[in-house]
Amino acid sequence: MSSHILSLAIWLPIIGAMVVFALGSERRDLARLISLVVAIAGFIVTLPLYLGFNSQVAGMQFVEQAVWIPRFNIEYLLGVDGISVLFVLLNSFITILVVLAGWQVIKEKQAQYMGAFLVMSGLMNGIFCALDGVLFYVFFEASLIPMYLIIGIWGGPKRVYAAFKFFLYTLLGSLLMLVALIWLFLESGGSFNILDWHQLRIGMAPQILIFIAFMLSFAVKVPMWPVHTWLPDAHVEAPTGGSVVLAAIALKLGAYGFLRFSLPIVPDASHAMAPVMIALSLIAVIYIGFVALAQSDMKKLVAYSSISHMGFVTLGFFIFNQLGIEGALVQMISHGFVSAAMFLCIGVMYDRMHSREIADYGGVVNTMPKFAAFFLLFAMANSGLPATSGFVGEFMVILAAIKFNFWIGFAAATTLILGAAYTLWMYKRVVFGAVANSHVAALEDINSREILILGILAISVLAMGLYPFPFTDVMHATVDNLLKHVAISKL
Amino acid sequence: MEIKSLYLLVPLAPLVGAILAGLFGKLIGRRGAHIVTTLGVAISFVASYFVYRDVQAGHTFNGALYTWLESGGLKFEVGFLIDSLTVMMMLVVTFVSLMVHIYTIGYMADDPGYQRFFSYISLFTFSMLMLVMSNNYVQLFFGWEAVGLVSYLLIGFWYTRPTAIFANLKAFLVNRVGDFGFLLGIGLIASYAGSLDYAEVFAKRNELAALTETATGWSLITAICISLFIGAMGKSAQVPLHVWLPDSMEGPTPISALIHAATMVTAGIFMVTRMSPLFELSDTALSFVLVIGSITALFMGFLGIIQNDIKRVVAYSTLSQLGYMTVALGVSAYSAAVFHLMTHAFFKALLFLGAGSVIMGCHHNQDIRYMGGLRKYMPITWITSLLGSLALIGFPFFSGFYSKDSIIEAVHGSHLAGAGFAYFAVVAGVFVTAFYSFRMYFLVFHGNERYDQVPHDEHHKHDDHHPGKPHESPWVVTVPLVLLAIPSVLIGFFTIQPMLFGDWFGSAVVIDAAKHPSMAHMAESFHGAGSMALHGITTLPFILAMCGVAVSWFFYLKRPDIPAAIQKAVMPLYTLLENKYYFDKFNDVVFAGGARMLGRGLWKAGDETVIDGVMVNGTARMVGWISALVRLFQTGHIYQYAFSMIIGVFVLLTFWFNRV
Repeated sequence: MSSHILSLAIWLPIIGAMVVFALGSERRDLARLISLVVAIAGFIVTLPLYLGFNSQVAGMQFVEQAVWIPRFNIEYLLGVDGISVLFVLLNSFITILVVLAGWQVIKEKQAQYMGAFLVMSGLMNGIFCALDGVLFYVFFEASLIPMYLIIGIWGGPKRVYAAFKFFLYTLLGSLLMLVALIWLFLESGGSFNILDWHQLRIGMAPQILIFIAFMLSFAVKVPMWPVHTWLPDAHVEAPTGGSVVLAAIALKLGAYGFLRFSLPIVPDASHAMAPVMIALSLIAVIYIGFVALAQSDMKKLVAYSSISHMGFVTLGFFIFNQLGIEGALVQMISHGFVSAAMFLCIGVMYDRMHSREIADYGGVVNTMPKFAAFFLLFAMANSGLPATSGFVGEFMVILAAIKFNFWIGFAAATTLILGAAYTLWMYKRVVFGAVANSHVAALEDINSREILILGILAISVLAMGLYPFPFTDVMHATVDNLLKHVAISKL
Repeated sequence: MEIKSLYLLVPLAPLVGAILAGLFGKLIGRRGAHIVTTLGVAISFVASYFVYRDVQAGHTFNGALYTWLESGGLKFEVGFLIDSLTVMMMLVVTFVSLMVHIYTIGYMADDPGYQRFFSYISLFTFSMLMLVMSNNYVQLFFGWEAVGLVSYLLIGFWYTRPTAIFANLKAFLVNRVGDFGFLLGIGLIASYAGSLDYAEVFAKRNELAALTETATGWSLITAICISLFIGAMGKSAQVPLHVWLPDSMEGPTPISALIHAATMVTAGIFMVTRMSPLFELSDTALSFVLVIGSITALFMGFLGIIQNDIKRVVAYSTLSQLGYMTVALGVSAYSAAVFHLMTHAFFKALLFLGAGSVIMGCHHNQDIRYMGGLRKYMPITWITSLLGSLALIGFPFFSGFYSKDSIIEAVHGSHLAGAGFAYFAVVAGVFVTAFYSFRMYFLVFHGNERYDQVPHDEHHKHDDHHPGKPHESPWVVTVPLVLLAIPSVLIGFFTIQPMLFGDWFGSAVVIDAAKHPSMAHMAESFHGAGSMALHGITTLPFILAMCGVAVSWFFYLKRPDIPAAIQKAVMPLYTLLENKYYFDKFNDVVFAGGARMLGRGLWKAGDETVIDGVMVNGTARMVGWISALVRLFQTGHIYQYAFSMIIGVFVLLTFWFNRV
């Protein structure tokens, strides 16, 4: 087991980013070319993770282990299982699109912009691979910095407020996680190994406290209601690429944390707190669904729609059955494609019109027919139409929820109406109709670079919708094992 | 060719056509687009015919194509169930679709979105075929949503028209309300039967019937059936989810014929028939179906009377006829429902395409008040529309007679709760149907020529300020009319015996004859198609139909002043009908308006005021306030520090001494 694929997946983009930073924005063409090469290489190195993945094995694969800080028994310990492997691939994949999306529109400090995303990509791979508590925490916190800079430097007019809000909100949450990590370190007799913690016997009272500590940290990231208000602000102010990474990958970190930490380490508390988590998830689906309906800013609308879709993820986790958890994981990946695509589509329009207000648009289809076709596909995926990826996860979670309790399924299924309502109503006002004004009349249809980006995502969305089997196939063993583990009391 | 590849050919041929015309439309041109798509559907029709022959020879099929997903012990598959019910639907769908493809060549000849249109209608054909050929609930739901998507695209085909893009959003959302119920039904089936395969679920039907839904305490089978039927109410436009169908007339006429009359809207009827093994176990669900169907059949018919737009008359007639089919489902006359579905597909497609031909002939005027006397100018359209109308009102020997009379007879023989009202609704509906159908027919084809009285503003977008004389449509339009007229007249006579009283449907339709004896009673009194028609002349429905025709003749040809007088006399009633029973207004204010208001309220009050205002920024303000306070003690002046130190020591000492 001496493969270094995971290290490569983490450090290749980061080292590449250093090269890009060194080149600086004076050599803009070279810098962005190298960024693209690094991003593509970063994706290619992750491919063996899927191709060489043994879907029969429930445990960690591609494990790398080295001593890091011997005094506290902290290790450089990496590994992926059926839960995390797909997110490493997704993250590396999205990075390519983000680099491509910033190809022309970023005029200032382009090398730094691209470099920041490469660093971000490497750090996020680190989060998904880390099996040591401290290593995880370092990656988890470090990933805030590039995103803070991306929003703060390349963002919109209220970028400073948004960047601060984003940073403080998430930092506050993760401090409690640090406390929990240290407690676990002491309780386990001096181990930061997450897998060791899975075996730890913990009493009910500390379990609840640990659950709450983790929950505050992860719930902010997901984000769950009511700690979600940083997301719309961050999205609105972030540049397109920032929104894409935020929605497609960063939101998945919190959900991933629940599966990696909360459920296996404190299963009894997870069961005890499940009603709360389910209630918060349903509030996210319904309450946020209505709020999305009221938005006049496209990015805000999609941001709220993201929160609503992530509600399905946490709902799926906390009904504790295989269909639910796998559905939630599928929803996370699908949301990675669909939300990325939605933000890219809005970015395409913003680049031309410099407005995100729905009211400034109307009749875009007349001047941008190709774009309208792509946008429709993604809007339909966002509404959960079958044969798109957006349907698969929602469908699985709704079925699982009905099995768990009819009324929970009933509440979750309202997304069928709400999701379609806010997405297609926006689509109608922006795309359909007669040409609304002279700005819309002057729009140019998407160029070949944009077609490439949206085309890749369109294929992903359709492929996952038509044949999700390969995605769930890698999850079965791990999820099955997790459920067995969670079913056993640790008291 | 192996039969399984023939099954595949049926849906894939239109799909290939749709992809070619959709993605390479510019490359292959207008001619290329209509050739590939029409050819695709033609291949599909011929293949369906061979599948039909194969099924007749006794070969049915039920198997999976591929496993879409597997999780938590549930298998989600894509597969086919080919039996007599499927193959009948395949033939109807591909035949009507083929006619509509040919017709479109003429109807859309000048439209800039020509290729796109052909791509959509071929994609629709593919989706509809996947829906009817499915052997499981997942694929059924796929097809269900896919036809909804294409319907959305086609209603909004002319996307610059505000009414069209309003109508398509409305159609999609109202259908989603139905799908919401449908999905819950599928979820209940998956939860309690542990399978999504029709055959496996039906095999467990008696166990399911004995269960109670745990969270709700409802009878499981009733909950499943009513949930599934809510899906059917959306797709098949039953009250109160019917509101989208009249507005869908904003789409081009060919799709009104194909999607919103002949095929898609009958998907709900098909689905319930397919689920007959489940519905048979719940009399509550059947009564629900029956009452909803009767309300739709009668009250939507009334609305047909006051419409002046030729397409809307036909649309309300479609709603009413879908109600008849639903009534048949309610009394367990599934085969009669599907039989009416088939005859209706032919004559209603014919009437819609006829209406389209009239619209073309009248230079895109759709208002029947400004038509009249067209029989002189459009002989083929006239004759075929007359045949279609006669079929619709159930004139003996015409196909519609056999199917509608069977439904009325079936309702007559039912003892289910609500059957009395249903019988009244379907019999009274006969008069209403005859009245509005022939009102339209007389106003369009007979009487004074009024085509030159079209109000000016409605027509100013056309260059010709004085529209020319109406003209007959080209052959690509009239040939489909003729080809549809033939089955509209004949198919009932030839197929009623095998479909209703023979063993054509075999095991595809399950009826618990002991509890629901309607069909069995009818079979006893059936002595051949000829004698049924002769007997039909003496019955109440026929007399009512003839009265309807006679009254409309008298009102609209003989004494046109009477309708206006009646309208004045019963103004409140007229206003009620004019506003379509206020369903639209209610939905607009309560649901659409309510949802927007709720969203705004939650956003402003919940997110911005409470969470952000009080909690988030409140925390920040609190931190600022506390630090401002603490700062007072950190002034940097030595004397202040010394002073507070002395005070501190003094306080501590006081405490210490007091304790001692």
